[in-house]
Amino acid sequence: MSEKTIAGKQIKVTEDGYLEDMSQWDEDIAKEIAKDLNIELSDKHFEVLKYLREKTAAGEALSIRKVGKSGVVDIKELYKLFPKGPLKFSSKIAGIPKPSSCV
Amino acid sequence: MDSKEKKPLEKVCLICAKGSLEDVYASLVMANGAVMEGIETNVFFTFFGLDGITKKTMNHLHTATTGNPAMRMPGGLPFPTALGGLPGVEAAVSGMMRKQMEALDMPPVDEFLEMITAGGGRVFACKLAVDMFKLEKKDLWDDVEDIITIGEFYEMCDGDRTQIIFT
Repeated sequence: MSEKTIAGKQIKVTEDGYLEDMSQWDEDIAKEIAKDLNIELSDKHFEVLKYLREKTAAGEALSIRKVGKSGVVDIKELYKLFPKGPLKFSSKIAGIPKPSSCV
Repeated sequence: MDSKEKKPLEKVCLICAKGSLEDVYASLVMANGAVMEGIETNVFFTFFGLDGITKKTMNHLHTATTGNPAMRMPGGLPFPTALGGLPGVEAAVSGMMRKQMEALDMPPVDEFLEMITAGGGRVFACKLAVDMFKLEKKDLWDDVEDIITIGEFYEMCDGDRTQIIFT
């Protein structure tokens, strides 16, 4: 575990750059993590992030299939929003732990 | 000096040559996993693996209940081979397995393939096997990109960070 300055705040992150504590997250942090991944966040991105954070807070394990069936976004769109890392990058930007599912 | 630079995979080419439930899913899980990691992914279905992309069979794949020493009864006791040979047993066991996979968020074959192509993965059928089983393009899942030869598939496997995986 290490500390990193993101959007001017000291944030605890894992070796891979995922937030240790999802309550430290805010929209500015999301934007800065996204920038590192070459993603510019739109309202649609934030809708997905909100869904991911809600499900994680409720203790539900996420899979790409579940997100695709959420009604928020379909899988094709998810790939467009978070190219090359639909679940990994979105989780990182949402400030939740690295996905632990194989599907 | 040791170089610690990581050289991530850039392309994965999977060959699915067997048609049992577990063999087809092995290919699908690996293909979907690769697409989700941002790795370029091609899947080539050949021989009995074609069952995985044939409309009539793809969502009804079976697992072998005879000649499969790893097969267990619910609870863990060995599954008697003589029982596995009875009519209907293989279908029932396979149905149960599909249900358990569904509970783990593993989708049916057609939906799994859709997830792979939604992320840019490409699906191909082997020409030789298609001819051998007397199939046509219309018998195959709609998003099978093409029926190609193994030579054409190898041409897609170029690049020095490419792996070919055979299941």
